[in-house]
Amino acid sequence: MMKRMTCMAAVLGVALASPAALAQKKYDPGASDSEIKVGNTNPYSGPASAYGAIGKSIAAYIKMVNEQGGVNGRKINWISYDDGYSPPKTVEMARKLVEQDQVLFLYQTLGTPSNTAIHKYMNMKKVPQLHVATGATKWNDPKEYHWTMGWQPNYQDEAKVYAKHILQTRPNAKIAILYQNDDYGKDYLKGFEDGLGKDHLKMIVAKASYEVAEPTVDSQILQLKASGADTFFNISTPKFAAQAIRAAYDSGWKPVQYVNNVSASIGAVLKPAGLEKSVGVITTAYLKDPVDKSWANDEAIKKFDAWLQKYMPEGNRTDVNYIYGYTVAQALVQVLKQCGDNLTRDNVMKQAASMKDFKIDTLLPGITVTTSDRDYAPLQAVQLERFDGKQYELFGQVIKSDR
Amino acid sequence: MTRKNIFLMAALLALACALPFVLSNYRIFQMALVLVYAIALLGLNILTGYNGQISLGHGAFYAIGAYCAAILMDQAGFPYWATVPVAGAVCLLAGFLFGLPALRLEGLYLALATFALGVSMPQLLKYHHLEKWTGGVQGIVIAKPDAPFGLPLNQDQWLYFFILAVTIVMFVLAYNLLHGRVGRALIAIRDHHTAAEVMGINTALYKSLAFGVSAMYTGVAGALGAIAVQFVAPDSFNVFLSITFLVGVVVGGLASLSGALYGALFIQFVPNIADEISKAAPWAIFGIFLIAFVYVMPAGVAGAVRMITARRKST
Repeated sequence: MMKRMTCMAAVLGVALASPAALAQKKYDPGASDSEIKVGNTNPYSGPASAYGAIGKSIAAYIKMVNEQGGVNGRKINWISYDDGYSPPKTVEMARKLVEQDQVLFLYQTLGTPSNTAIHKYMNMKKVPQLHVATGATKWNDPKEYHWTMGWQPNYQDEAKVYAKHILQTRPNAKIAILYQNDDYGKDYLKGFEDGLGKDHLKMIVAKASYEVAEPTVDSQILQLKASGADTFFNISTPKFAAQAIRAAYDSGWKPVQYVNNVSASIGAVLKPAGLEKSVGVITTAYLKDPVDKSWANDEAIKKFDAWLQKYMPEGNRTDVNYIYGYTVAQALVQVLKQCGDNLTRDNVMKQAASMKDFKIDTLLPGITVTTSDRDYAPLQAVQLERFDGKQYELFGQVIKSDR
Repeated sequence: MTRKNIFLMAALLALACALPFVLSNYRIFQMALVLVYAIALLGLNILTGYNGQISLGHGAFYAIGAYCAAILMDQAGFPYWATVPVAGAVCLLAGFLFGLPALRLEGLYLALATFALGVSMPQLLKYHHLEKWTGGVQGIVIAKPDAPFGLPLNQDQWLYFFILAVTIVMFVLAYNLLHGRVGRALIAIRDHHTAAEVMGINTALYKSLAFGVSAMYTGVAGALGAIAVQFVAPDSFNVFLSITFLVGVVVGGLASLSGALYGALFIQFVPNIADEISKAAPWAIFGIFLIAFVYVMPAGVAGAVRMITARRKST
């Protein structure tokens, strides 16, 4: 009751205080006095349907926001379609959202190939494609693609953090790298080499790549071990990451291991590899993991749990996709708040590109959202963490990659 | 063809030509996709419906056609319309060659062999020695064609008419092929293999040919699909696409030309309806639709339409 009173008071206050703002309402398709239409595509079916939890949690978060009165008095109308992780379907659904449903903009469309498929279209139509759910680096290109913006720390930025850490702690390390031979693997590799810098490229003593179609990476690991490296950077997807960790341990190779965030999952990677074989593995994080016991009494995680229980009782707190969706939905609300009554597509991009140290309580302490008209990478900082045999332990400072 | 049939055809054509002027651009795009799927289903129907060979890998030929078009436009600067016959020719050859060893396989074994083709295709497209042309996992983005000769049509309308023209040509070709010697031979092989051989039909040649022609149709559809979607990537052509085609053929009606159209409408729109009904379990809803269709119309939509018109005639 108290809460509602404060809410009403706040709305009343805003209404009384800003008659000038009310006079300058500006709307593009999808926005009106009562609602803001936001479009999205997610894989609710198909091989990548585990990610569908992201679209569902954003929807659940918006439900809560709407129940509490919406944003600046307007309800958010979240229209999310299934694309089954198939790019042609994404094109069809994006066109439906823009042309048929007339949404103000698209938010958190998921998948690198899916977003690539609509990249040109969205920019031609001048409809924002905001905070896309993919780690590729190409979404941070405001000059060529003014209407598209990334969200999570991208692969290159993350790789630079590992390079920095190696330079700081063991400047004489001999590094071996395993990478998946595609754009994702090369994105990481480029970031890592850039992070070491020209003078230190010699530190890389061996590189081996694998194809997704290969059954194992055992031979690559033996090859890397033979190079005499004492540091191992593992750029691979979950199945191969688990194989690599296990093969390295079984072969008696004991390097300091770095694993990309793509394969940070304890359940999908470290367990299959063997928990005792994974001790000491280093990776990065930027979200608070609800499973991590050090957050057991954290206010943000308590709030997250309460929300989960009330708005998505079927949700699973150990699945990181839920807290991911919960977190990114807050950024959506913030962009809309900043837009005020000027709900044009132009202003949405402008506001999204002028976030200054915006804090979200489920991000690790010290990590904030910052953008500018030349920097379309909202999250750039991550923190290193090391696996102790049971769970990850954060260590060191939050590290921001240099640009 | 009876006079009534010709009248029906003319009405259908008039309707197809009127559509782009009353629908929104997004709907026109969807209808263009329906036509693309209709060509692909027609191809699969020649193989499965008329010749009795089951393929779970036609998505692979669709992919080859799509990549042919995309690579030719992206790397060799081909105009979009010129890529369609090339894609068809490449797939004709690929299908014929695949059909030769597949001759030794019957029924379920053939289904498994084609399934292997469908499963491996996305990974082959990611193969790094081909990356220079295929663009790897990132795929290829291609430009959308404008209407030529200063026609007052927007891009979506023009593309629709272009695809409609190709569709008509492909259907007429299929009609002539299937209602002559070749068609009778294909059906004879399907109905009784040994009897067909005794009648003097070169079954090996006809079966490989059916595979080739079927792949050609699907390849042409793939090329048109790529031009319409303006993007190809390995993830667009996973094995589920192949299964979707088979679903379309069976739901539309086996061994029926019009069945391809009904099937195309089904695979284009029913998943969207299912998604609108339930986000939690779109596939379960799709499954219910599928079971309902198969149960109510065991001979496909085309079969049901045939039955209704036959009943009307008899009363």
